[in-house]
Amino acid sequence: MRRVGVVMMEAGTPQLVKLEDLHVPGQLSGRKHILSILVENKPGVLARVAGLFSRRGFNIDTLAVGPTDDPSVSRITLTLDGAVHPIDQVTKQLHKLVNVLKIRDMEPEETVAREMALFKVSSAVENRAEIIQFAEIFRAKIVDVARRTMTIEVTGSADKIEAFERMVRPHGLVEMVRTGEIAIGRGHE
Amino acid sequence: MRAADALMESLKAEGVTDVFGIPGGANLPIYDAVVDADFRHVQVRHEQGAGHAAEGYARASGKVGVAFATSGPGATNLITAIADAMLDSTPTVFITGQVRTELIGTDGFQEADILGATLPFVKHSFQATDPRQIPEYVHEAFHVASTGRPGPVLLDIPQDLSRADIDYEPRTEPVELPGYKPSLEGNIKQIRIAAKAMANARRPIFYTGGGVINGNAAEELRELAASDRFPVTSTLMGLGGYPASGEHWLGMLGMHGTYTANHAMDKADLIVAIGARFDDRITGKLSEFAPHAKVIHIDVDPAEISKNVGAHIPIVGDVKQVLPKLTREYRALQTDSSRLDEWWATLRGWLREHPLYYEPASDGEIKPQAMIEALHRVAPDAIITSDVGQHQMWAAQYFGFEQPRHWINSGGLGTMGFGLPAAVGAKVACPDQTVVCVAGDGSLIMNVQELATCVSEQIPVKVFLMNNGYMGMVRQWQELFWDRRYSSVVMGSSPDWVKLAEAFGATGLRVDRAEDLEGTMRQALETEGPVLLDVRVTAEENCFPMIPPGEAARDLVEAPGLKGSVGG
Ligand SMILES: Cc1cc2nc3c(=O)[nH]c(=O)nc-3n(C[C@H](O)[C@H](O)[C@H](O)COP(=O)(O)OP(=O)(O)OC[C@H]3O[C@@H](n4cnc5c(N)ncnc54)[C@H](O)[C@@H]3O)c2cc1C
Ligand SMILES: Cc1ncc(C[n+]2csc(CCOP(=O)(O)OP(=O)(O)O)c2C)c(N)n1
Ligand SMILES: [Mg+2]
Repeated sequence: MRRVGVVMMEAGTPQLVKLEDLHVPGQLSGRKHILSILVENKPGVLARVAGLFSRRGFNIDTLAVGPTDDPSVSRITLTLDGAVHPIDQVTKQLHKLVNVLKIRDMEPEETVAREMALFKVSSAVENRAEIIQFAEIFRAKIVDVARRTMTIEVTGSADKIEAFERMVRPHGLVEMVRTGEIAIGRGHE
Repeated sequence: MRAADALMESLKAEGVTDVFGIPGGANLPIYDAVVDADFRHVQVRHEQGAGHAAEGYARASGKVGVAFATSGPGATNLITAIADAMLDSTPTVFITGQVRTELIGTDGFQEADILGATLPFVKHSFQATDPRQIPEYVHEAFHVASTGRPGPVLLDIPQDLSRADIDYEPRTEPVELPGYKPSLEGNIKQIRIAAKAMANARRPIFYTGGGVINGNAAEELRELAASDRFPVTSTLMGLGGYPASGEHWLGMLGMHGTYTANHAMDKADLIVAIGARFDDRITGKLSEFAPHAKVIHIDVDPAEISKNVGAHIPIVGDVKQVLPKLTREYRALQTDSSRLDEWWATLRGWLREHPLYYEPASDGEIKPQAMIEALHRVAPDAIITSDVGQHQMWAAQYFGFEQPRHWINSGGLGTMGFGLPAAVGAKVACPDQTVVCVAGDGSLIMNVQELATCVSEQIPVKVFLMNNGYMGMVRQWQELFWDRRYSSVVMGSSPDWVKLAEAFGATGLRVDRAEDLEGTMRQALETEGPVLLDVRVTAEENCFPMIPPGEAARDLVEAPGLKGSVGG
């Protein structure tokens, strides 16, 4: 979705453009955005991206960085709130960084987004069964069991991870680690 | 070839003929290569001076300005100039020495992370990690600095790398940076829509800016303005882009702009923004800015469009390419110009009733505004640089710039002490032109050491000091908005500027009577070598018109004494 101020009018129309008909499209989308940014794999590039966000006062909700299939290119996936930030301004500022190669503002319906989280939950004998049951419902994996805690790996959308957190929190959440979302466009038929 | 020599060759290949700088430990190899280099190196007296001189050079000539500094304090001394070049979009390349590679990250002697420190205000930066990168990075640095929206590029070279031996081959092939492709042509459909909107506007105005100067599009702008009777105003940075004697000129707009330009923006139905970025000194209170206007915004930087003020018709492109297309499309519509009669009647009325005004002096005192008017009479074609403060605003208001690249000042960062080193750079770039620095007494002392550069390097700039004994602009704000509680703004009469000039080996002159003003100015211009002319002006004069901070254009306050002033 592009929100640049494009005028919806055919060029070549013989009549003049009426000023009353011109509008500036809204700047705020009101939803969460996932930006998938391809950058050159060079020292200091992450600092440039992160610095841009702090300097312009854009708040990043999550950030994930990793290699891609091309060793000279890395991917930064970040999520931010389009109700607070004009996403178009964010992407245009990002594009000014010479090391930024490509930015995709992922379309929610056409995107598979995943995040992984590790939950260390205190598991007394009485509630152990219940926690195992939650894990099954969420198709989570128990990856470590100690005398007083269990560690569970959950993968899914951010919503799913937050739902799992709500379930286990009452049982005593010792620690939680999240990766931040990564996303990929859905394949086409 | 030694990498430092390859650096010199690479600079020459980019067309460099002049560099400003100061040596030190980390750039000793570079300075060793300077000895045999085929270009002029101007040894300044402070790295900030090197940076501003590079800016002045770039702004006067349109070429990329270059400055060298050593690591640590040399590099950090450049920072103000780098930030200045960023905010004013000045094409510059800064080359710093860095500690040896194995010392990086160890807090080694004179180590400063200049790359990290300048990240927020460079257009791009490089740190060499291999000596063979140096020619490549130079080629890329000049490309990035000078294309699209120009700006500063930093190249940091560890000392050991510039000593290393490499195979040098000149880089002449076009630069290919996968993440850097400025779009310059402008979308023709958008341009057509813009032309049609202009044809329908009854109260249009051209709001032009530094992009017209940067883009060398003064002629193209005149053509477009002449394609109908389009009124033209400009920002501080765009002065000279349209001649002040031009038929359609309304004067500068913004905080210290003219009544007519600001009220025209307020009443306009269509603003055509041409290489201008809707700075807060223009918009004032954003929610009340140009309430009736639709906006066509032409800018080479897409991020400027709808950043501060929403654009109804965005056109991303280089003014040099877009304006002729727009002129062609507009002319093809063959509009009836009479629709602008009413608008021009209003504008002419304002121009007549609300000119720039100051109360003339009665007793032979030199009014600061009169000083600028006199300067225009004695040196109408000079390149004028300025410091920051009231004198800068009066120069902008009263000089009446006719040509681009003749007004060089620090607009975005507002750096006091910019004027003298910028004049040094401008004079090196344009040795055949008269270069006058309109200085403030608060500002001049911040970089006055560059008088030594002028003397030793034989750079005959003329410094016309508007000496009001105050940091006048701050004094004005304290007077008007802080109950006249003056706090740390008095400069008094120290130093004795004439003696100071003489101590540097320059000529010092002083004038304090209106009747001697022009004569002494001429004497300063005719005296060989660098001259500092101390002009004693009215101490507590305020600069008007002024839009009080945070208010709207129509709240502009005019000079007391002008009939019907105060408010709109
Ligand atoms: C004491 C003080 C008082 C001031 N008062 C005023 C005032 O009253 N009025 C005023 O106007 N300013 C004033 N300023 C200056 C102000 O702060 C800004 O620097 C200025 O308004 C910005 O000018 P600009 O919009 O022309 O932008 P610039 O900073 O000159 O930017 C140029 C714009 O053009 C674009 N551009 C560059 N090259 C091209 C190209 N080739 N093609 C297309 N686009 C291009 C750039 O992307 C950018 O958006 C004052 C400054 C100081 C220090
Ligand atoms: C480096 C720097 N420090 C502080 C300021 C804030 N400032 C803006 S104008 C000004 C006064 C300038 O005084 P002077 O050079 O005498 O000019 P005048 O206004 O008197 O003409 C000051 C201190 C600044 N712009 N730059
Ligand atoms: Mg002063």
